[in-house]
Amino acid sequence: MAGLYVHIPFCRQKCHYCNFYSVASGKFRDETIDAIVNELEIRKDYLGGERLNTVYFGGGTPSLFAPGKIQEIILKADKLFGIVPGAEITLEANPEDIGSTWLDALKSTSVNRLSIGVQSFNNADLRYLGRIHTAEKAESAVRLALEKGFENLSVDLIFGIPASDDKIWESNILKVLQYNIRHLSAYALTVEPGTALRLFIRKGKYQPVDEDQAAGQFEMLMSRMKQAGYDHYEISNFCLPGHCSKHNTSYWTGDKYLGVGPAAHSYDGNSRQWNVANLKKYIEAVEKNEPLSEKETLTGTQKYNEYVMTALRTMWGIDLEKVKNEFGEDFYLHLIKEAKPFENNQHLLKKNQRILLLTDRGKLFADKISSALFWND
Amino acid sequence: MKNIRNFCIIAHIDHGKSTLADRLLDYTETISEREKKEQVLDDMDLERERGITIKSHAIQMIYKREAHNRNESFVLNLIDTPGHVDFSYEVSRSIAACEGALLIVDATQGIQAQTISNLYLAIDHDLEIIPVLNKMDLDNAMPEDVKDQIVDLIGCDREDIIEASGKTGYGVDKILDAIVERIPSPTGDPDAPLQALIFDSVFNSYRGIIAYFRIFNGRISKGDLVKFVATGKEYEADEIGVLKLGLQSKKTLAAGDVGYIISGIKTSKEVKVGDTVTHVKNPCSEAISGFEHVKPMVFAGIYPVDADDYEELRASMEKLQLNDASLTFEPESSAALGFGFRCGFLGLLHMEIIQERLDREFDMDVITTVPNVSYKAYTTKGVMTEVHNPSGLPDQNLLDHIEEPYIHAQIISKSDYVGPIMNLCIDRRGELKNQVYLTSDRVEITFELPLAEIVFDFYDKLKSISKGYASFDYHVVGYKPAKLVRLDILLNGERVDALSTLIHSANAYQFGRRMCEKLKELIPRQQFDVAIQAAIGAKIIARETVKAVRKDVTAKCYGGDITRKRKLLEKQKKGKKRMRQVGNVEVPQSAFLAVLKLD
Repeated sequence: MAGLYVHIPFCRQKCHYCNFYSVASGKFRDETIDAIVNELEIRKDYLGGERLNTVYFGGGTPSLFAPGKIQEIILKADKLFGIVPGAEITLEANPEDIGSTWLDALKSTSVNRLSIGVQSFNNADLRYLGRIHTAEKAESAVRLALEKGFENLSVDLIFGIPASDDKIWESNILKVLQYNIRHLSAYALTVEPGTALRLFIRKGKYQPVDEDQAAGQFEMLMSRMKQAGYDHYEISNFCLPGHCSKHNTSYWTGDKYLGVGPAAHSYDGNSRQWNVANLKKYIEAVEKNEPLSEKETLTGTQKYNEYVMTALRTMWGIDLEKVKNEFGEDFYLHLIKEAKPFENNQHLLKKNQRILLLTDRGKLFADKISSALFWND
Repeated sequence: MKNIRNFCIIAHIDHGKSTLADRLLDYTETISEREKKEQVLDDMDLERERGITIKSHAIQMIYKREAHNRNESFVLNLIDTPGHVDFSYEVSRSIAACEGALLIVDATQGIQAQTISNLYLAIDHDLEIIPVLNKMDLDNAMPEDVKDQIVDLIGCDREDIIEASGKTGYGVDKILDAIVERIPSPTGDPDAPLQALIFDSVFNSYRGIIAYFRIFNGRISKGDLVKFVATGKEYEADEIGVLKLGLQSKKTLAAGDVGYIISGIKTSKEVKVGDTVTHVKNPCSEAISGFEHVKPMVFAGIYPVDADDYEELRASMEKLQLNDASLTFEPESSAALGFGFRCGFLGLLHMEIIQERLDREFDMDVITTVPNVSYKAYTTKGVMTEVHNPSGLPDQNLLDHIEEPYIHAQIISKSDYVGPIMNLCIDRRGELKNQVYLTSDRVEITFELPLAEIVFDFYDKLKSISKGYASFDYHVVGYKPAKLVRLDILLNGERVDALSTLIHSANAYQFGRRMCEKLKELIPRQQFDVAIQAAIGAKIIARETVKAVRKDVTAKCYGGDITRKRKLLEKQKKGKKRMRQVGNVEVPQSAFLAVLKLD
């Protein structure tokens, strides 16, 4: 089981809230594709011979590229690593790029899952976020994708927008349900350093984010999706049974993944790498075959902490037997002890046989709880 | 004896005392180039960084000169004095060991409050004052103005003031000549019974306590059996000698000399500054006057951040006490903070120094609680107890009255700031005692104030309202009855013992309200509402609520970047470890110092 992530670091314009690495310029587009293909070659042994179960094109805005270019990368990856039959191959796309012609072209590639960056079906929300598409465009993109046979569809939505309200949020959820979209990623608006959003808020141009509003909308989301029969399989992800994102799930279950492209992250089971977050430096490093990433080799403690942090966010929870077997008795006893108060007094955690899970209320406090379960060297 | 000169230096912080002292040592070739470090007299790191001499030291110089057509050689003993209000008793003992003093004034800044109070001490002890105008090399020196101030202050002749620069060495020869010519040689009878004044001591891990003394009468030899009058303890003088850059042992020292004695003493508690050393056989008839038991005036709890470090903290405090006898401590426990110590300090700076030394020299992470002064509580039966801790107050129905320490505060400022300074002092229950114009735009204000009122942020306030111009000095003058109440802070109904304060009843309401407001800022939101209340006895006088947090979860796309999120949560975990639990409420350490940060 291994995954490949391809980072396409280009956008038409930067959204106000986004702190992923991307540039809103057309320069170096071809060079970047070449470099990504070359990086695949350079790092062909990274996965230790494991074949690819998932491929994910993220960004940035991968839909800026012609589907043919995407297919080039897929073919290269297949040649170097081997893509297993039936593998999940996802492409992130923005509504403004999704038209009939483009979808037809995409249909002829190996991409079999589409993730649309809708963010909201409301125009005021979209302006607040600095998106370039309209609510109408978002909806037509969804409709068109479904019509063209991309049933394996995911949309992204953002809640907790200060200028918005619960009603708008509810109607966004209802749109997902109306189109019976299989997969939803719902993110709380988060003010990241270095973003325009942060600047606007600091300057008083935008209202600050209201945690209470976000909490309320998250609760609404959980209850609506549950009613509609969706699995809340990760804090920010919902799906109809059997349709979770295999690629993203692999991040949370400790599988290996190779990330190529500027700023992409990789994990080989023991260490994590992240590529340089600079287009020119990235291209140069690949050309000269120089190291292009920073690296962190994980200690036992770090592996345990990461396992706790990621597993707790999923509906599969923390496997206590796995903790005992993989990390040892000390970690196991620590975990049991630290989890106790959250189970008994506050009902934020529940133990299900040998699995430790967040309750619905606990999902609102996942960070606090996982940090409490961490091991401190 | 006629070629000995014993002198000290009186100067305000930053007026260049240490640099000028270095030049004197250079000029007299007391230190070689190799030994030369900057400001050799300040040998603790902390002292060097703060630019103040915390503990006094002494050094002997030999000054050779040609005068009246013959070569003369003089022994100059420089007794360094600590430069802060908290150590005024030590300063007075150093001054008592001298016949003269250099009054160093920064030519760019003029006289400051602390200079004045130490100067008065020196004049009280009949010291010959040699005024020196330092930093004459600076462009913004205003020698004529500052000379006016000096002439007004000590009534000297204008020509007696020596212009100098510690930086360039300008005027150093004139200073040395003035020391020799103006300061009288010591008097005293070398054949009388031994009478020596201890003015300082230091701890040496190999040799124990080294006590510094000045002999007024008689002589002392190696191997003598001596007695310390105040403590009544007897020792054999294992080694005596004079203080060069290091110790230089001697067989005998006599009246007028400044030297050291090593006698196998293990802790600084046995050596009291101001004590008299005499012989066991043939003792002097009376001790040197002016000895006092130094009593700590400010108390605070010191607790290890990590409860497991309690024993280590104790060991560190014991080591600190070895060379700082003015630090006192006794075990104390707090429901909120666990086990720690109630510590007594001479003043606020002393407290800060101890905290910093615990951090630097012992790598101890500590929480210091709200400081309070030493109160005297009288019960209805007429029994007096000293109260060092709000919870140590006798039960309300047994209590007759409380007395609190008062200080005499001297403030020197530009006259522009007199109004705000007066307001500040009056707000702090001060009573104006005197107001004198030193020059047309510099004024000296004397207030009587409760010590408790300067324990919290008084000095910072004073500095800010005077744009940094005001200088401040104080000494304790006695106790007066006070109407005090104990103000408690409750979190979700639970009293936080470490946040209780004794406070004047007139200020209690306002103080309680501000405490609640400040704590509201400092206590993070939890999963439930946290009620912060201020109470006097059973009566709640103020309340704030920290609303429950609704969520604590990262609900955003962080893709494969697991590292960043893990590090964030690991940091949170560390931060939480430093939190204290009061009932079900998590309280950050900063909250325990909230009272010091009220504005």
